[in-house]
Amino acid sequence: MLFTIFAIVTVAGATAVICLRNLVHSVLALIVTFAGLAVVYLLLGAQFVGFAQVLVYIGAVAILIVFAILLTRNTGADVRVSIDDSWVWSGVVVAGVFAVLAWAIYHSSVSHSATLAQPATTTQQIGNALMQQYALPLEVIGLLLTAALIGAVTIALREQKEAR
Amino acid sequence: MTLFASNSAVETADQFFVLAERWIVAHVPGTARALVADVISAVALLAVFASLFAMTTVLERKGLGRIQNRYGPNRVGPFGILQPLADGIKSLTKEDIVPLAADRWVHYFAPLVLVVAAFSMYAVLPIGRNMVLANMDAGVLFFFAVSSVMEVSIFMAGWSSKNKYSLLGAMRAIAQMISYEVTLILAAVTVVMAAGSLSTVTIVEKQAGYTGILPHWFVLTPWGFAGFVLFMIAATAEANRSPFDLPEGESEIIAGYFTEYSGFKFALFFLGEYIGMFAMSGLGITLFLGGWTAPLSFLTWVPSYLWFFAKLLFLIAMFIWIRGTLPRLRMDQLMNFAWKFLLPLALIDLVAAGLWRFLPNEAVRWIVCSVLVVGSYVLLGRGLARGWKLEKRVYRFAE
Amino acid sequence: MLGEGIAKGLVETARNFFGSYVSRERLTTVEYPEERLPQQEAARNFPFLVYDGEDWKAGLRCVACQICEKECPPKCIFIEKSKDKKPDAVGKAQFYPTVFNIDVSVCMSCQICVEVCPFEAIKMDTDFELSTDDRFCGLLWDRERLARSNEYYRTIHPTEAAEVDARLAEEKAKAEAKAKASGAPAASTGVAPTA
Repeated sequence: MLFTIFAIVTVAGATAVICLRNLVHSVLALIVTFAGLAVVYLLLGAQFVGFAQVLVYIGAVAILIVFAILLTRNTGADVRVSIDDSWVWSGVVVAGVFAVLAWAIYHSSVSHSATLAQPATTTQQIGNALMQQYALPLEVIGLLLTAALIGAVTIALREQKEAR
Repeated sequence: MTLFASNSAVETADQFFVLAERWIVAHVPGTARALVADVISAVALLAVFASLFAMTTVLERKGLGRIQNRYGPNRVGPFGILQPLADGIKSLTKEDIVPLAADRWVHYFAPLVLVVAAFSMYAVLPIGRNMVLANMDAGVLFFFAVSSVMEVSIFMAGWSSKNKYSLLGAMRAIAQMISYEVTLILAAVTVVMAAGSLSTVTIVEKQAGYTGILPHWFVLTPWGFAGFVLFMIAATAEANRSPFDLPEGESEIIAGYFTEYSGFKFALFFLGEYIGMFAMSGLGITLFLGGWTAPLSFLTWVPSYLWFFAKLLFLIAMFIWIRGTLPRLRMDQLMNFAWKFLLPLALIDLVAAGLWRFLPNEAVRWIVCSVLVVGSYVLLGRGLARGWKLEKRVYRFAE
Repeated sequence: MLGEGIAKGLVETARNFFGSYVSRERLTTVEYPEERLPQQEAARNFPFLVYDGEDWKAGLRCVACQICEKECPPKCIFIEKSKDKKPDAVGKAQFYPTVFNIDVSVCMSCQICVEVCPFEAIKMDTDFELSTDDRFCGLLWDRERLARSNEYYRTIHPTEAAEVDARLAEEKAKAEAKAKASGAPAASTGVAPTA
């Protein structure tokens, strides 16, 4: 029952993101969606993932989106949505994607296991896995982040030089 | 738990609230027991920390007054201690003004989100022995996750006021908070490394032994001391307190992101900020100062919650002292301080904490870690100071 | 070294904090209105008229020469001269003011009226607790409100008052000596001797 409530909250948040006219309201609805997802993770017993979801998505990604919106566009203007022909084709594409995803999830092993296996993944196990089994992906992610940081600094430096 | 003194009166005093809660819960039918126990703990936390907030407002004003050669408020009760009552009545009865152009619902929810996030942080702090609301395996992570929600509420407050000063203050505040959050979390990670667990209860238990009369607190190690200082500086910045209170600097930007708030909502913001400050101090106490353990081995007869609150009051006094002493940092000075000074120091501290674990000899590890931490502080300070051009100010027209 | 300045600052504020409980120099605040700081001798606020002795009407030093009225920059003094004469501080028969009004809301405390008065009749008061809720006549002071005794003048400006008294006593002695020398009986009996 708890899952139903938070699933409804998450879906409502996601719908609000697309339907709300004001862009910043959409971002706030996105935050609600993230929070709903985090609660779902916690209900499944994945503590680390749930809290990481809050910390990373709400604390960093949402703030980043907010900054990006505020620094690049005039938020006073509401988005005017007009329904026209392109909606038909995009509706078809969306329905197709949804059908594929639903089929994949339905036929996967996760939905067929009768009992919900108690997750034995504690934070310590995640840490161990990251350091031992998945050490290479961790280093690659670190390199990726470094590349992004250097790219951002370069862009900012170039802008500074142009501004002078 | 080898800390129980043999005297059972001491034990009862120490576990008084736990026993009281169990007694109340025993009178409730079995199905609702867990819920009632949680509700009692939550209500107790809210009541205690809200009254601590009230006490702190008047203590802070009196403390700041004494530092500034004046009395603080001293009219309302004896020595002014009933001042929070007067402040509370004032903020409750003031008219709640919402600007016409403001976004009503976001404006309404911002202080609520702040207060909810701030109070949620107390769920993982062990106030005393066996006195934690939720003993989570990833307690420290929960704490940081919830504290990052506070930034969202500040953005909501600043943006919904449709006021350029509020928005500017909110942007500054968020930039400041995300910058110092990195240092905060890195300083906490050193402790997590040393304790081997993210659970706050385990971290306190790891600090509960005594060698001679000195405790095993992490602050009494070189990396722990540096980590504690870094943590408290970052906590001051997270709580938007002086000297990092440019976002709400009263003389700079009117009131920053809560310019458009009046009456009770303003009081809620104030409450949320102070509660956040207490929670950060509480985590600092848990991580570095040994939580509810006594400072000297012969003082363990004092109940554990009294030690927690004594340390908390000490840290609050430090906050007030720093507020009365230091001028406000400018935004660029603030950001430079976070990224160029604190972050490298936090990383080096992380290395020192790791070395502490693996070096063989007691003397060797003390020397190596101390040299690493102190040396990097001095060298980094000197290196950064070389970049400053401090000259005597020249006035063009005044002389 | 980095952080030295901060440490020094913290020590100073700690000294302030603890010192404020023990020494007056560290807690200079005065709890007004229960305690008041004593004012400097040269403090001045608004003018008042000096009178000698007990009866303010008889002892008023002002002879309505109207010099202060003419010299006052914002023209806040209004004087009406009397028709008859009475003896003044030195003993001579002089006019006196039947109306002497100062609009204190206009007065700018420049002290010019005090500087030009040849009869030491108008001096500056130090009283500053003058709020009133009568917005029409509350700050328009008449003769009675303005008159203060010489004893009061001695308490607020002791050195000045001593000087003024010495001068007036000298002039009075000269006038009496002249009167005795010219043979007329002592004319100054109307005024009680300045105690």
